Amino acid sequence: MEGLSHKAESPPRGQEAAVTAVEARGVTKVFGGGNDAVIALDAVSIAIRENEFFTLLGPSGCGKTTLLRLIAGFDHPTGGNIVLYGEDISPLPPYKRPVNTVFQNYALFPHMTVAENIGFGLSMLGRPKAEIDDTVDAMLRLVRMEELKNRRTSQISGGQQQRVALARALAPRPKVLLLDEPLSALDFKLRKEMQIELKRLQHETGITFIFVTHDQEEALTMSDRLAVMSQGRILQVGSPREIYDHPADHFVADFIGETNFIDAEIQQVEADAVTIRLPSEKTVRTPLPEDFQPRKQVSLAVRPEHADLTRQPAEGQLSGTLENVVYFGTGTNYFVRLPDGSEFVVRVANRGEGNGDYRVGDELGIAFSANAIQLLRD
Amino acid sequence: MIDGQVRKGFSVKHLPGMTAMALLCFLLLYAPLFTLVVYSFNAGESIALWEGFSLRWYGAAWENEAVQEATVRSLIVASFASAISTVVATMAALGTTRTGRYRGRTTIYMMINQPLMVPEIVTAVALLIFFAMIKVATGYQGLAYLIAAHSAFCVPFAYLPIRARLEGMSLTLEQAAADLYASPWQTFRKVTLPLMMPGIVAGAMLAFVISLDDVVITEFVKSAGQDTLPTYMLGQLRRGISPEVNAISTALLAVTVVILTAFFVLNRKRH
Amino acid sequence: MRNGVLGNRQPSGLEIEARRQTVRNYLLLCTPALLLLLLAASGPLLIVVVYSFLEPGEYSGVVWRFSGEAWFNVLFSRDIFDDTVSLADAHLTILWRSVRLSLLTTLLAFLLGFPTAYFIATRPASQRPMWLFLITIPFWTNLLIRTFAIMEVIRNEGILNTLLQALGLIDSPIQILYTDTAVTIGMVYVYLPLMVLPLYAAMERLDFRLVEAGYDLYASRWQVLRKVIIPLVKPGIVAGTILVFVPSLGAYVTPRVLGGGKNMMLGNLIELQFGQGRNWPLGAALSMTLLVIVAIALAYYVRSASKSDAND
Repeated sequence: MEGLSHKAESPPRGQEAAVTAVEARGVTKVFGGGNDAVIALDAVSIAIRENEFFTLLGPSGCGKTTLLRLIAGFDHPTGGNIVLYGEDISPLPPYKRPVNTVFQNYALFPHMTVAENIGFGLSMLGRPKAEIDDTVDAMLRLVRMEELKNRRTSQISGGQQQRVALARALAPRPKVLLLDEPLSALDFKLRKEMQIELKRLQHETGITFIFVTHDQEEALTMSDRLAVMSQGRILQVGSPREIYDHPADHFVADFIGETNFIDAEIQQVEADAVTIRLPSEKTVRTPLPEDFQPRKQVSLAVRPEHADLTRQPAEGQLSGTLENVVYFGTGTNYFVRLPDGSEFVVRVANRGEGNGDYRVGDELGIAFSANAIQLLRD
Repeated sequence: MIDGQVRKGFSVKHLPGMTAMALLCFLLLYAPLFTLVVYSFNAGESIALWEGFSLRWYGAAWENEAVQEATVRSLIVASFASAISTVVATMAALGTTRTGRYRGRTTIYMMINQPLMVPEIVTAVALLIFFAMIKVATGYQGLAYLIAAHSAFCVPFAYLPIRARLEGMSLTLEQAAADLYASPWQTFRKVTLPLMMPGIVAGAMLAFVISLDDVVITEFVKSAGQDTLPTYMLGQLRRGISPEVNAISTALLAVTVVILTAFFVLNRKRH
Repeated sequence: MRNGVLGNRQPSGLEIEARRQTVRNYLLLCTPALLLLLLAASGPLLIVVVYSFLEPGEYSGVVWRFSGEAWFNVLFSRDIFDDTVSLADAHLTILWRSVRLSLLTTLLAFLLGFPTAYFIATRPASQRPMWLFLITIPFWTNLLIRTFAIMEVIRNEGILNTLLQALGLIDSPIQILYTDTAVTIGMVYVYLPLMVLPLYAAMERLDFRLVEAGYDLYASRWQVLRKVIIPLVKPGIVAGTILVFVPSLGAYVTPRVLGGGKNMMLGNLIELQFGQGRNWPLGAALSMTLLVIVAIALAYYVRSASKSDAND
């Protein structure tokens, strides 16, 4: 319970002061009009730092791609501004923004070779031929595609097209690289490979990456920081660890990983912490989340792997009947029915010590530390 | 019998008589054309009696000054009409596909396809009246009337394949170009135009064939002495069908088949 | 945070400007085509309407005086001596022939075209383009040439009569050329591809698993055709019917060549008014009559097409 502070998880001060590469200031985007109007982005504000791998994560229709397209310049905001290194770029057309995009389906020019595709941006910028050739070769080396230089883009595989798309977008050395679900068309194994490849490229080029995905695992493994979006709003911004361990609200907790939700009551609110009474009558003290509106009934989130099972329910511990056991190799999920009818999942990692010999029907206690409890904003 | 059926199995797609009717239909479509072609090589004057193979009627047609003039005129009109209609149809196709819906787009579709919906004879009459007014007012009697009329009714034929091509082309390619610093004009030159080229070529070829084939509108619009090949042939008919007309028809048929085969091959390569 | 700027849903200046610019550009791109069509296709149609309400000039052209006479003359004639009004028999005969022959043409084209389209649609996918190509060659061949070709076949000395005589079925040639039959045969021949192509387009999309389901549920071949296939390809049937009926109604070349001047159809009657008849207003009124009939047919097509869309 002590030292339970989110601040410990935050990046050190120095990084906080890093230069902001892209900033959305109160960006709203409405499609259509009248009764058919759809609010794709609702007053979104966000600052993305230089050189970071930043992910916009959310289900389809949450507005993440819209935000990316606004940064690229394919759409214009209904309200607010897009700012690149302090300059408002909202009025600029895409071809005047030093920002490049890797499209979801790559959008490689089918009538050009691999090399012509990669050199396209530089040639549009009017760079000398020698420079273009050198850069194209360097890019081909960077994405390890040297031998396919003169192929047509229709003659190469999906994974190779992906690399060409990356090289093409990186060749003009954009200030920011936008990636619109670039891995979604690849199969599982290739996707894993490309995830590593992308991290390597970002590291080697030092370019700010803004990556859009609906795949939470991808977002957690790749990002320096990520923003979780839903219905045109940004719900939480933070490092993968912050987001996973301390989800701000119900949606984030539910969308990322698996979560047990517990209804609880607030007993006492202090300056930066609250005391909560669990259904098992036990009270715990937990830090006050941002934007928390003090009220009596609240929801708590506890990750299944943060809980453990005990034979004898201790005083003030949650307890229930074991209903189902699902073994999945690296661990086992235990589904426990609580007295109030809700279900609580406990995940026990496989440590090679055999299972705890729990049987369906057993009355078990559920143990978790106060650190594992996350008070949700809503 | 039963044995046979069992061995053949049950074909879901089989309906009795369909294949026979279809083959009959193909026979009916090609037999007259075949007859026409064969008789164009007949040595004799008669078009009933086969008197041996000869190219004499092709020679006669080739040397006939009226045929020469009509052929040149047909080619001039068809070239201008296909060029003009392809250019305006390409622009219109860009204007109706490379964007979201806007008010008036359906009206534009309807106007472009209008020549397909109005009977040719009605358009012919309308142009006869309209151009007669201009001819009286300006005194100009030249080929421009024919070229204008042909260009107009060729527009939908040029437009449809170009539009089909553009609709199959994802907008993201143009966005990718814009993203890579290509100005709108560069995007058009380097990406849109090369990609829509097969559609443009197809449209131009169709427009050319359509213009070359036209009888009705040409017949009404042409000034005196402005016969194209088809109206010349129609005029010859008053003196009864001649093997020379057969020869001209066969030559025109050959041109059509060559252009269509090229179109067919081009289309296949694309898929 | 959530309730903050929600009020700001008016499109921004940037959005309005961008949209205005694209719409302006795209309208600009369409302008040359529209101008050309307005000048040499749609616009002159309005002049035809005007002309149909004028008086005929002495030799040709019109006198600029309002008159309903041309429209009256479409269906009625006035006796030159005693002004008694009677139905214009000649016009009615021609009108009736146009409608009758067009309907017959459409029916025959359907009877030939349906099996052909079905045949092509049931070929293996790799063969279909070839068969379709065989349909498109006659389609793109000059209509005049195709009419000549039919003329060759049905002439008194043509292969049809020669063949029938050789087989001993007839003693002397039967006169087909310059009859209604000749016109009908000719129109079926020249418009048949227009029936096959839309029928094929509909059949190609036909899901043969539905036909299978029909057989599975005890339908005979005939019942499957009647109850499954025909209802499913109905949009193609309607399109083919319209595509054959409309040009048949306005046919000019085929009746002129094969009908030999006396078996006129509406198109020839119109032409006559601008040639020997020297009655431009009547020609204009007849053109508008034709256009109205075609418009009704097209409206029917659009309605049934949108109805089948709604059923999907």
